[in-house]
Amino acid sequence: MSFINYSSKEINCKIVYYGPGLCGKTSNLNHIYQKTSPGIKGKMISLATETDRTLFFDFLPLSLGEIRGFKARFHLYTVPGQVFYDASRKLILKGVDGVIFVADSQKDRAEANQESMKNLVENLEEQGYSLGRLPFVLQYNKRDLPDVLPVEQLSKMLNTSGAPEFSATATNGEGVFPTLKCVAKQILQELRKGAK
Amino acid sequence: MHSHFILYQAESKMIKDACERLVEDANAMVVFLVDTNGQVLATAGDASDLDTTSLASLTAGNIAATSGMAKLMNEKEFTQIFHEGEKANLHISVLPAEAILLVIFDERSSLGLVRLRVRKSAQEIVNLLQTAKDKAHENQENAMPFAEITDDDIESLFSHS
Ligand SMILES: Nc1nc2c(ncn2[C@@H]2O[C@H](COP(=O)(O)OP(=O)(O)OP(=O)(O)O)[C@@H](O)[C@H]2O)c(=O)[nH]1
Ligand SMILES: [Mg+2]
Repeated sequence: MSFINYSSKEINCKIVYYGPGLCGKTSNLNHIYQKTSPGIKGKMISLATETDRTLFFDFLPLSLGEIRGFKARFHLYTVPGQVFYDASRKLILKGVDGVIFVADSQKDRAEANQESMKNLVENLEEQGYSLGRLPFVLQYNKRDLPDVLPVEQLSKMLNTSGAPEFSATATNGEGVFPTLKCVAKQILQELRKGAK
Repeated sequence: MHSHFILYQAESKMIKDACERLVEDANAMVVFLVDTNGQVLATAGDASDLDTTSLASLTAGNIAATSGMAKLMNEKEFTQIFHEGEKANLHISVLPAEAILLVIFDERSSLGLVRLRVRKSAQEIVNLLQTAKDKAHENQENAMPFAEITDDDIESLFSHS
């Protein structure tokens, strides 16, 4: 649910990075944080374990610029990918405006990707959302590694709704901004639709 | 399905004023109203040193986790949380209408006073929020400033990154 505030002249939208454990969600945010100028970004908050696994969420507020006199602000969240943190994932999905599913392209993570996608669909449904009707983008990450599945195969396995998809290597930043832009655009287009 | 919450200037001001009064009455430093998704609805008092965006998102996370715990214990909700610090204390209360009220105070006030004043202000704030939501709901279709945005507007947002 986007929040439009007339007194501060802001539109606030929430984007959630979803995907299996270690697929690179936090790495996406790290890259965005590193590559945006201080005026655009707020503080990045990571609630993580000692070993840098996301425990509850990462949070990064971005203020992209003005649209029709309103500041467009995007709140980026990552969920914890590890299976047993499902309760936390549900909480973070609340009020989401757009989802980025980060898949791990490595062969031996195929099953984990599918399980996480199924979990996303279920958790969205629980809140009355459906993937087909929500701004949604897929990212096939870790393309730099040797033992990865071809993108076509990942697409067939995961992208049943025909959503936009991107290849990425989050650790060097490749594909990170295109993925974010794509979902942000969909959200703004959705706002326009809602206004008509 | 895709809904927005629109807070208009008039309601925004009334809510902020109610929070300002609470700052005064409770002798507090800062009062914050946050929605359960982590958006700041109003700030009152001197919040200039605070990272309000981060605080709001953590508050929402905190409350979401706490109400998750309540459910597991078959409690309806833990409506109040208190954190005691060395210099400042934090009183958090969950209001109906999906809002969370945060009061930051130091030794110039006390937990008892804060609780009392929060109880008094809560109803007013909830009523104001409800009015704001009703109005937003009525105006959902026609009052949006974004009906006119073009693809170019959207594109230009991303031109610098
Ligand atoms: N080679 C390579 N490694 C990556 C890439 N993206 C992330 N990694 C590494 O994968 C590991 C996990 O990355 P994170 O970003 O923490 O993964 P996550 O999805 O946030 O994991 P959880 O928080 O447990 O859900 C780290 O060691 C990253 O450096 C990539 O594109 N290529
Ligand atoms: Mg993580």
